[in-house]
Amino acid sequence: MTAGVDLSPKAQAIGSDEDVVRVRQLVRTVAVAVKLSLVDQTKLVTAASELARNTLIYGGGGNAEVTVVDDGRRRGVRIVFADSGPGIPDLDLALTDGYTTGGGLGLGLSGARRLVDEFIVETAAGKGTRVTVTKWSR
Amino acid sequence: MALTMEESGRLVGLLTTHAERVVQRWTDIVAALLRGRLSQAELRLQVQELHRSMIDAGAEGLTDIQSGSAGELRASLAELSRGWARQGFSATETAVSLYALKDVLFELAETGEVELRDVVVFGGLVDQMGLFTFETYVQTREGLIADQAEQLLELSTPVVKIWDGVVAVPLVGTLDSARAQVVMERLLQTLVDTGSPHAIIDITGVPAVDTQVAQHILKTVVAARLMGADCIISGIRPQIAQTIVALGIEFGDIATKASLADALRHVLRLTGIEAARRQPRREA
Amino acid sequence: MERVPVLKIGDILLVSIQIDMSDQTALALQEDLAERIVEIGAHGVVIDITALDIVDSFVGRMLSTIASISKVLDAETVVVGMRPAVAITLVELGLSLNGIRTALNVERGMKLIAASRENDLGHDEEVKDPEPGQAATSA
Repeated sequence: MTAGVDLSPKAQAIGSDEDVVRVRQLVRTVAVAVKLSLVDQTKLVTAASELARNTLIYGGGGNAEVTVVDDGRRRGVRIVFADSGPGIPDLDLALTDGYTTGGGLGLGLSGARRLVDEFIVETAAGKGTRVTVTKWSR
Repeated sequence: MALTMEESGRLVGLLTTHAERVVQRWTDIVAALLRGRLSQAELRLQVQELHRSMIDAGAEGLTDIQSGSAGELRASLAELSRGWARQGFSATETAVSLYALKDVLFELAETGEVELRDVVVFGGLVDQMGLFTFETYVQTREGLIADQAEQLLELSTPVVKIWDGVVAVPLVGTLDSARAQVVMERLLQTLVDTGSPHAIIDITGVPAVDTQVAQHILKTVVAARLMGADCIISGIRPQIAQTIVALGIEFGDIATKASLADALRHVLRLTGIEAARRQPRREA
Repeated sequence: MERVPVLKIGDILLVSIQIDMSDQTALALQEDLAERIVEIGAHGVVIDITALDIVDSFVGRMLSTIASISKVLDAETVVVGMRPAVAITLVELGLSLNGIRTALNVERGMKLIAASRENDLGHDEEVKDPEPGQAATSA
């Protein structure tokens, strides 16, 4: 069924502007392979773009790992964004629409959360941030 | 419930030694059960296939239906129950047809071909096979239902071009969140495909609207605007209007019209203005 | 870094974004456009995003900024060709692209600019820059 499609986990370092573009392309490829609907692909890639940019700007760079997950009934794409930056001091505030410290629209974290099915943020001051998002096929 | 290697070996021995009798009796019992809805010959072929798979699996050390050596047996069982599910046999009939093997085993015990202790052990395996069949049966039926639901969705959500530059979706029946989403995606795609800047969502045939569905409609209107098209909602029933207000859903500046005809008239008047605006330029 | 070409058609600038832009490319486009508007005295900018398979908050902000800048420079910006999946995602993301005018395709975008230019020049004494909804109430 999935012959010819490589579904092994893939990693992409995020150290520059161009890397954010590469993360988008990588996520798109995997989302297509898992047969997410067009709208779901678009939502996931958009969320990945926001989170990769956060990793670059606020986390001082890091990496993204894309894996295919399977819960027995359906498949999905999971992306983990990890950095070893300063962490998020007030997570609730950071998840509020319109809140920003970086001069953006403040929709990165809160917007990305609305675009995926599962959204987990682990952060510790001075130790970095790890955001895990999952989108399931319908 | 698992069989030991020794028991598995005895099972193979039993099935091989009394092959003809087992297949014949098994076929007879199932045939009586199905009352001729499957031809004796066809049934016999299926029973033979199962019988053979059991022997093959047993030779490799069949201890449990989930074990690796039972792969081919599981495949045979799955094929049988899928076939029966599609042909309209009930779940009970499918499962009981396997349990018929137990009756055969009891008959063999009565004539002293097999020990009662083994009948109990083998019976456990047959139970497992029956449950496995049942599960495959349910999965197949669920698949059929899902396919039909999808076909129904296709049928029940037409997006039609009703005028140059105007598309309409007459929504009929209960809208759940999944269907609302499909309709909305299709509507937006049709706007692009036909290059229509106006859309009418007619909900005359929708008996009720909940918060989620109302949200979907609202999001669609906003999405259409982002794409450069304008949406009108027509045919809002009094109950739905009450629900919308009671739920506190803000329809904001979205145009609503009483009927599809009113909505179309509204759009035509709009495009008429556009046409009239261009005229002075030609004269000048 | 790749650059997005800016084409001139009469006194309208046409930008067709065909690549997956990095943030730097997006910012460069924003600057290029501001300069070109002044350079040729453009009164309209059409940004075609038919080829974009996503618009995230950064690109969304770029579009809003271009619209605001061009307004200050007396030019109207119309974003055209947004894909349905992109529009649905933007709504979910919470990005409303306020202040940006949109059209289904380049042709309609050009017409929109021409129409609003006519209004500006006084052929029509009605409200300036009518939204479809507003036009209805004034009719």
